[in-house]
Amino acid sequence: MASNTDISEHQRSARRRLRIIAGHLQRSEQDGAAALSAQECKAETPRPSAAKGTAVPKRRQEIMKWNGWGYSDSRFLFNKKGQAEFTGRRYRLSGLILPSLKDWFEGTFGANLQHKTPATASLSVSAVPPPNLNELLVEELKAAGVALSSNPEDRVFRSHGHCLHEIFALREGRIGRIPDMVVWPSCHDDVVKIVELASKHNVCLIPYGGGTSVSSALECPPEETRSIVSIDTSQMNRILWIDEKNLTAHVEAGIIGQDLERQLNESGYCTGHEPDSMEFSTLGGWVATRASGMKKNIYGNIEDLVVHIKMATPRGVIEKSCQGPRMSTGPDIHHFILGSEGTLGVVTEVTMKIRPIPEYQKYGSIVFPNFQQGVACLREVAKQRCAPASIRLMDNEQFQFGHALKPQVSSIFTSFLDGLKKFYITKFKGFDPHHLCVATLLFEGDREKVLQHEKQVYDIAAKFGGLAAGEDNGQRGYMLTFVIAYLRDLGMDYYVIGESFETSVPWDRVLDLCRNVKERIVRECKDRGVQFPPLSTCRVTQTYDAGACVYFYFAFNYRGLSEPIHVYEQVEHAAREEILANGGSLSHHHGVGKLRKEWMRESVSSVGLGMLKAVKDYVDPNNIFGNRNLL
Amino acid sequence: MASKVLYSVRGPVPRKRDDFEDVLEERRKSSDLRYALKCYTPAVYRNLVPCKAGVLKTLVLQSEAVRYVIEQVAAETGETWEAVQDEASQVLEEMAHRQQLSTIRFFAFTLSKAFKALYRSVRVNEDGVQRLQQAIQEHPVVLLPSHRSYMDFLMMSYLLFTYDLALPVIAAGMDFMSMKFVGEMLRMSGAFFIRRSFGGDKLYWAVFSEYVKTMLRNGYAPLEFFLEGTRSRTAKSLTPKTGLLNIAMEPFFKGEVFDVNLVPVSISYERILEESLYARELLGVPKPKESTSGLLKARRILSEDFGTMHVYFGAPVSVRSLSQGHIGRSQYNLVPRHIPQRPAADTQAFVNDVAFHLVRLQEENMVLKPWALISTLLLQNPNGMELSTLIQQADWLRGLALSFGAFLDWPGEMVSKVISSSLAVHRNLVCVSGGRVRLLVPEVSGAECGAEEAEFNRAVSVLSCASYRNQALHIFVRPALLAVSMRSTESCRRDEIYNCFNILRNIFSNEFILCPGASVQDFEEACHLLVKCGALRELQQEVVMSSSGQTTLSFLCSLLEPFLQSYQVVCRYLCEDTQEDLPEKNFVPAVRNFALRLILAGSLSCYEALSSDLQKNALAALVRLNAVKQIKNSDQVILKINKTAVNSLEDTLGGKIPTQKPVLARL
Ligand SMILES: Cc1cc2nc3c(=O)[nH]c(=O)nc-3n(C[C@H](O)[C@H](O)[C@H](O)COP(=O)(O)OP(=O)(O)OC[C@H]3O[C@@H](n4cnc5c(N)ncnc54)[C@H](O)[C@@H]3O)c2cc1C
Repeated sequence: MASNTDISEHQRSARRRLRIIAGHLQRSEQDGAAALSAQECKAETPRPSAAKGTAVPKRRQEIMKWNGWGYSDSRFLFNKKGQAEFTGRRYRLSGLILPSLKDWFEGTFGANLQHKTPATASLSVSAVPPPNLNELLVEELKAAGVALSSNPEDRVFRSHGHCLHEIFALREGRIGRIPDMVVWPSCHDDVVKIVELASKHNVCLIPYGGGTSVSSALECPPEETRSIVSIDTSQMNRILWIDEKNLTAHVEAGIIGQDLERQLNESGYCTGHEPDSMEFSTLGGWVATRASGMKKNIYGNIEDLVVHIKMATPRGVIEKSCQGPRMSTGPDIHHFILGSEGTLGVVTEVTMKIRPIPEYQKYGSIVFPNFQQGVACLREVAKQRCAPASIRLMDNEQFQFGHALKPQVSSIFTSFLDGLKKFYITKFKGFDPHHLCVATLLFEGDREKVLQHEKQVYDIAAKFGGLAAGEDNGQRGYMLTFVIAYLRDLGMDYYVIGESFETSVPWDRVLDLCRNVKERIVRECKDRGVQFPPLSTCRVTQTYDAGACVYFYFAFNYRGLSEPIHVYEQVEHAAREEILANGGSLSHHHGVGKLRKEWMRESVSSVGLGMLKAVKDYVDPNNIFGNRNLL
Repeated sequence: MASKVLYSVRGPVPRKRDDFEDVLEERRKSSDLRYALKCYTPAVYRNLVPCKAGVLKTLVLQSEAVRYVIEQVAAETGETWEAVQDEASQVLEEMAHRQQLSTIRFFAFTLSKAFKALYRSVRVNEDGVQRLQQAIQEHPVVLLPSHRSYMDFLMMSYLLFTYDLALPVIAAGMDFMSMKFVGEMLRMSGAFFIRRSFGGDKLYWAVFSEYVKTMLRNGYAPLEFFLEGTRSRTAKSLTPKTGLLNIAMEPFFKGEVFDVNLVPVSISYERILEESLYARELLGVPKPKESTSGLLKARRILSEDFGTMHVYFGAPVSVRSLSQGHIGRSQYNLVPRHIPQRPAADTQAFVNDVAFHLVRLQEENMVLKPWALISTLLLQNPNGMELSTLIQQADWLRGLALSFGAFLDWPGEMVSKVISSSLAVHRNLVCVSGGRVRLLVPEVSGAECGAEEAEFNRAVSVLSCASYRNQALHIFVRPALLAVSMRSTESCRRDEIYNCFNILRNIFSNEFILCPGASVQDFEEACHLLVKCGALRELQQEVVMSSSGQTTLSFLCSLLEPFLQSYQVVCRYLCEDTQEDLPEKNFVPAVRNFALRLILAGSLSCYEALSSDLQKNALAALVRLNAVKQIKNSDQVILKINKTAVNSLEDTLGGKIPTQKPVLARL
């Protein structure tokens, strides 16, 4: 149990940890750390209030965009002088000018600041179809005291994730099938009640976490005729207890990543689970999609982190009876839940491993003469099992892209820039700027070990022609991962659409897969009449014993195309086929959703698919959880 | 069947072909030496991993694939790892090329001299060269020239050097290595040498395939080999071999390269260097061992006129596009890619289809000289023709060939002029006297020579001439099979005709390039062409000869006659003149003897029946159709003959079509 004294004892390290997070994610510090709430939730007793100080309010529209990524106050734009800047005050890049972005943007995409494609300014309520409400259900939910709404904005906000086609449609003001109602359970028992009533009245439930899905998982099936109710888990966001003896925390599934880390930090702990979407994505969402965090090398992926899961299904609640660290009790039932993508029930509470906040953190970067050498180095690092908390290898295009995001003036950046210039002259000689690529590193642990570890990694790198390229370079790389999602909106203002997708692949095929997929994208774009060569780039973002996770960015200028989204989807489809043909997996962490389900049979065999179907049929025979993901 | 999608029936519009430029023109104007020493900076593959020929060997020896097999062989044989590796290293030593620019320059110089002496012109489609240059930069390239002469690969390298393209590495048979000096010269110009047979030799296979694949993957150089495996002695395309093609495509199947470009190259000769050599070889005069002195003797021929040579670089064919929908590359996901795996049956079938497809592309772009048509006509008129008749019929045949899509090089409009110029180039084969044109039979020296030798001499002429007719066969073969089918069935019913067509096509599938599984397409193509030229009318269920179709159809039937007759001779021999068990090695001489006896007795006038090529093809067909079985004994192969089956086949060839349920469904 966490006591107040514990908290104060950890005050010092917590502050340090906050500084660390601020390293890549700078928020206005919220005063008044949220108190841990160990309150019981009983549906009949006074409702527990959601933890205070959460970064995302119940009414998301108050601070978030309705048709783009992230906070409303933060966005990229080209100012009157034609310079790119990033607005707001939340991030380290906020308020800064990015002088080279324009040239890069125009050069890479053949885009032109004169050619704008602005989004619809605001959500037109009249475009929102009226809700198809199940009155009896509404009555009973109200009677049970569950918060609900059929306000058009609330519903539109929960109708999508962040796939390109979803955002593109919203920007054009097009609204398709959306949930008819949103409910906000505030605890496990609320969820149980909701599921019960939904089953009773045969309505469709779609769990909603942070809405960061990139697999069409949150899209309402257009063919669904029942009333669709979105279960927004955001109000189930408390850390219910911390167990310091076993280093676990019991947390409600609706908590978002940044709140979880911040609150644990205040007690001197962390989960170490940091997906790039951690500002908004939720614990329940991670479990439901088998998410992967950047620092999985130390902390593990979500499946390694969970000790216990509670899920409410139409059949009842599924959970294990103990918190043993490993069990041989037949197939692990957690693995039916992990990756179930909201098709079986709602994850309500999770017991998660926690770790003391690391004493020391250090960024780093390495420049390689080319991508092959970089991959060879990562492979060796994985072989020696000495991967830092995070190690990512960017290809040359991304290296160049990173350069385009150099801010103009900032004390933190100037020194780095100068350093880089010098670096270019002294060390990059012999490195072809059109081939070299960069790995960014993040080390964590106690100081001495980190320094030792660092040396080990740099020594390996040297064997592959890699040169250490400074801490700042690395830090900047990680900082950018949080703002990069905002860039797509900028692109869409100027005819540029794009997306990322990922896979996992055995080591020996990494290079072949990267080359073939990138090339396939270029070829497909050309074949489909895209006028300018696309941006087709990749990075290796995770290393494993037997392979790696590869992440692709793909974007193009769609001027002259009548159906850009269709073209985009065809190319992405082709790229996925190419991935599969080259020994890559259907997904490493984004999940299947509806976007990739056509390949499920091929991926897991007919028998495998049949097994999953059988589970679905047993757990949810009436398809109450009818988002139609996965199967 | 995979083939269905690979080929499409050609529409009525003849495909557009490129124009030619004469590469010798420049050579005749400027210094050969300066040309040979010119600055040579070819555009290379964009992902080229540069490496020297020596490093290549190390790469191969250290590759996982070769190490894996070394380990395997060591375990199986009990030899040490080092010993097996040594063996591998020797194999590689024996195989590897040692291309160096200086040798290429030497060849560039000497071949310039030789080509100018031999040929009036060497004409190349420069658009094709342009496309090739693009292709080389984009993806690894495999050059697939047709193979009619030793000249082929000398010419290929010569042209690539001339056009500043990356020089190819060329798979060559080991036979060359018996000519020490020439062998080494070729090695230094980029040839690598493969044993003709290495059946179960795992290590050899591993080293060989890894050597080829390493060069491909790294984009080291364009890989060149002959799909037909060996020089065609008859000028007909040979059934393609798939071994090397399979190796060349594997890096794509396994995702090691994004794509591979296959470039068919059609090399056509107005007159072949080896012309009478081939004829003699086919008649059983043993081929001179490929020795250096033999080649030197060839100096004599430098004074002769070999007319014009055409080299057509076809459009690159993307393996990726071909495989689309045929090959699931993910089948390679579950086994490490360096472990040798026998290709799956469907992959094998696919590669086979591709090989046929490519050979047909070669055929399509073969340039036909008027002589090919003239020799066709002369062979149908063994007693010679009036020059005026010849001119008139050649003109007619030209029209027919063109309407069938032939790539004819018909220089000038005056038919008579064209013909006489053609006859001049081939004056060693024909003579014109008293207004009549006929085949020239070499004078037999000495009075005591027997009738046998006289017939042989005649046969040499006929076979030489036939090799030129064969150049045009691919144009006519499908319509000809249809014509014969119509004659045999004496019916107009489409299904019955198709049935016969299918049977004949099946019998002759070792003889002509007929893509496996493409029977329906071939039939439709044949109908289409004959309708187009006005010989046939197609009704709903019927195919009817039009009033003016007689000439065309009987010409086409005559065209196949030597093949029908020769196969019949083989059948007759097997039925009448031999035991049920025949050692395979005796087969060719015995059939030749049998045929010769028939000729001497005056009951056979088809000299082509003496050709070992036809005999072997006939045997292969019989084996394929289960009329003959090959039984391997300890030291030889015995042919077991099913006389009933052979007999019925002979009937079929003679025009008696077995009544079968017509395969309606397939039409
Ligand atoms: C910019 C960006 C960066 C990203 N980076 C990463 C990354 O680094 N690693 C990674 O793994 N993913 C990443 N993703 C993908 C996405 O963030 C993850 O899939 C995440 O786990 C989704 O969580 P969420 O809370 O937003 O879920 P949502 O998007 O709301 O929902 C996702 C799916 O889970 C279901 N679901 C949600 N909550 C529950 C619950 N409590 N019970 C049952 N089902 C539920 C939903 O029905 C839906 O099917 C990224 C996405 C974006 C847009």
